[in-house]
Amino acid sequence: MNDMKLNLKVWRQQGPQEKGRMVDYQIDGISEHMSFLEMMDVLNQKLIGSGEQPIAFDHDCREGICGSCSMFINGEAHGPVKGTTTCQLHMRSFKDGDTIYIEPFRANAFPVIKDLVIDRSAFDRIQHSGGYISVNTSGNTQDANATPIAKEHADLAMDAATCIGCGACVATCKNSSAMLFVGAKISQYALLPQGQVEAKDRAQNMVAQMDAEGFGNCTNTGACEVECPKGISLTNIARMNREFLGGSLTK
Amino acid sequence: MSTLDGKTPAGPIKDKWTSYKDKVNLVNPANKRNIDVIVVGTGLAGGSAAATLAEQGYNVKAFCYQDSPRRAHSIAAQGGINAAKNYQGDGDSIYRLFYDTVKGGDYRSREANVHRLAEVSTNIIDQCVAQGVPFARDYGGLLDNRSFGGVLVSRTFYAKGQTGQQLLLGAYSAMNRQIARGKIQMFNRHEMLDIVVIDGKARGIIARNLVTGEIERHSAHAVVLGTGGYGNVFYLSTNAMGSNVTAGWKAHKRGAYFANPCYTQIHPTCIPRSGDYQSKLTLMSESLRNDGRIWVPAKKEDAQAIRDGQLKPTEIKEEDRDYYLERRYPAFGNLVPRDVASRAAKERCDEGYGVNATGEAVYLDFAAAIIRYGKEQATIKGENDASEARIKELGKEIVKAKYGNLFDMYKQIAADNPYETPMMIYPAVHYTMGGIWVDYNLMTTIPGCYAIGEANFSDHGANRLGASALMQGLADGYFVLPYTIGDYLSSDIRTGKISTDSNEFEEAEKNVRERIEKLVSNKGTQSVDYYHRKLGNIMWNKCGMARTEKGLKEAIQEISELRNDFWKNVSVPGGANELNQELEKAGRVADFLELGELFAKDALDRNESCGGHFREEYVEKSGEQQGEALRDDKNFAYVAAWEYTGVPSEAKLHKEQLEFNDIELKQRSYK
Repeated sequence: MNDMKLNLKVWRQQGPQEKGRMVDYQIDGISEHMSFLEMMDVLNQKLIGSGEQPIAFDHDCREGICGSCSMFINGEAHGPVKGTTTCQLHMRSFKDGDTIYIEPFRANAFPVIKDLVIDRSAFDRIQHSGGYISVNTSGNTQDANATPIAKEHADLAMDAATCIGCGACVATCKNSSAMLFVGAKISQYALLPQGQVEAKDRAQNMVAQMDAEGFGNCTNTGACEVECPKGISLTNIARMNREFLGGSLTK
Repeated sequence: MSTLDGKTPAGPIKDKWTSYKDKVNLVNPANKRNIDVIVVGTGLAGGSAAATLAEQGYNVKAFCYQDSPRRAHSIAAQGGINAAKNYQGDGDSIYRLFYDTVKGGDYRSREANVHRLAEVSTNIIDQCVAQGVPFARDYGGLLDNRSFGGVLVSRTFYAKGQTGQQLLLGAYSAMNRQIARGKIQMFNRHEMLDIVVIDGKARGIIARNLVTGEIERHSAHAVVLGTGGYGNVFYLSTNAMGSNVTAGWKAHKRGAYFANPCYTQIHPTCIPRSGDYQSKLTLMSESLRNDGRIWVPAKKEDAQAIRDGQLKPTEIKEEDRDYYLERRYPAFGNLVPRDVASRAAKERCDEGYGVNATGEAVYLDFAAAIIRYGKEQATIKGENDASEARIKELGKEIVKAKYGNLFDMYKQIAADNPYETPMMIYPAVHYTMGGIWVDYNLMTTIPGCYAIGEANFSDHGANRLGASALMQGLADGYFVLPYTIGDYLSSDIRTGKISTDSNEFEEAEKNVRERIEKLVSNKGTQSVDYYHRKLGNIMWNKCGMARTEKGLKEAIQEISELRNDFWKNVSVPGGANELNQELEKAGRVADFLELGELFAKDALDRNESCGGHFREEYVEKSGEQQGEALRDDKNFAYVAAWEYTGVPSEAKLHKEQLEFNDIELKQRSYK
């Protein structure tokens, strides 16, 4: 097990209004067992030691579930390994002497705050517009087993709900479309009986907010599905379109 | 030393919560519109509380340090959530969930709180299903359950290995509905840096906008802390990188007592550490112990050969394996509670039976489960003469359906295939049962300041059972706090808006600014991480799975010295008025450096072993229970609530005597 030496080219940007640029860093002593973010930690410690500002990047759980981490690595959202977030990417996926390009997720709707940190609040605002079932949290709902749900539907709803809201789909899409993200949420509720009551309004409102945030349209390239760390299926976009169309015809 | 009143209502335990609700003061809907509540933290507890309070009509301001409330660390909980639904008809009941939780907590929790938790547990499942949480279901369309440690029934509801994620997204969706209505004002990327106390009541907070560095004043009639646990005092834990004690610690310094800080849960099944660069540890869900068998080689020479890479675990014959949990605890086997399983793993590794290069790992093996499920499937499919390969293939499909995402995660981190070879696991810091002291109303010793979820101390005693953290977080936020807070706020209906121009706000803001200024202008020689790692080492070695009087005394001394060194020599690059992640970390580590000292003090003071607190001096010396924790109910059946006096290790002790009227205090046996 040899330690690696790497050439890193990292996007540095002091603030939202400043101009950013790629900066070169050399780093060695990187073990193949390190996670990608641990490699970034090593680099940051080195920068702090030499009196420079460390590279800002979002991260939190480091277990691939919170959706905070968001780097574009060698031209791919979350790097070269499929079905993996940046925090779960390990240095064994790289080799000694590699040059690695590290950039933020880029989209008009995701402005850069600093270095690799971006503002994804547009996703939250889409959820505010309809990403919920209007039930009071009183605890006086019917018994959980009162309405059986076909296992197939429950499983598909779960597959859609597994989205971590990281934004890789947007960053990957040539149109910066958020349809995989929005489709996943609409699908989760569309597949469950509890979601039926508000289904029409939900699809209309969430799609309208998505457009208002400046996300692009879908042209069926399918790149989002390929780069999604949680394997959210394109069929969710089809289901969203069906819900949207159905809603707009009957409203 | 004074004694504390937990304000538990009178009456039989079964009726306490009901009669409390019948008599509690209420705030009428028109008055709720004039009352502001601050909720700090948006995990299961904070998120569910914010949503429910807003729904009731209060004006809620919610704060989280993440870029969205959906990213709070509750999201990482894997295995499940308990509820006494008894859908399986296996003998479960509210009483049994109550009993299991009190026993699992080694008789160091408050009975009345635990019973209330068990009572509302069933509502949680109903509520979440109504919100569209996609729990796992069987083919008949009804909800499925599995088993967790320390219990003999199947009462755990789950959504694959992502239960925390689904429950949090449920609470997040409930919040979103209120944000859309304008009833919750959401402050993302904001960190609470002080609590403001006016005339003895919590009246607001000072928060830093983490994007701009702006210091903000926010007032309210009550402040709710749902800020999680402090496991990151150990540096390495399964907590998120940002999880911290700062909000709780600031409240502590303003008058909130800190209870049982030494009660820490070391979770038995985590992926072992691989090197010095390690930034965090990853949990493998306890649900794996439903089907995985834990073992080490029975012969030391085999363990050595494995460590040297000359032998593979699959080459060790059945009779040369030591399934030590099944051997020591035949009744509960691999499903003993976490503290028991962790100590047993440490015991084997300390004896030289560890199975990775560092000698700190044991096996979690699915081979037997794969065969068992495979045979069952072959029978169902009518393949009566299926080959062994076919049986394995069928079995793997079932194991994949149950634990697929966990196996994938293990594969990703450890670069090893757990379908073919056993997983390697080792205990790691996971959860803190200790926290801010609260009474039955979940109110801290600062009137108007509440603590919910992992941030408080109340429900899990000295050890938490699996799948109970999610239950407590949602119980507190959805169903308990919304009642209890009304009782307090009912006297605040004429107060009107709280001004932020008072001297108290002025003083709190000044303190916050001075501390930030000190950190960014220190220009020392060592990074924040340097100190955090050092603190973690002291904590793990001296306040970890086994503690001694000598070690704890040393820890107090060493942490105090490290803290002094930190304030002299820490280096925080960048400025105060920008996004500065090193500055955020520095503030959190500074607070951990104080908490760690109190933690050691509490552990030193508690001359007994109970749950996650294991003192080497206090073990059963002989008999059937030899080597097990030795509790001292005569002298230590109390909650240790510490009052801040200026130096953490000189905190003043207040005791809340625990009364067990409904459960007999006895030795916790899982044999």
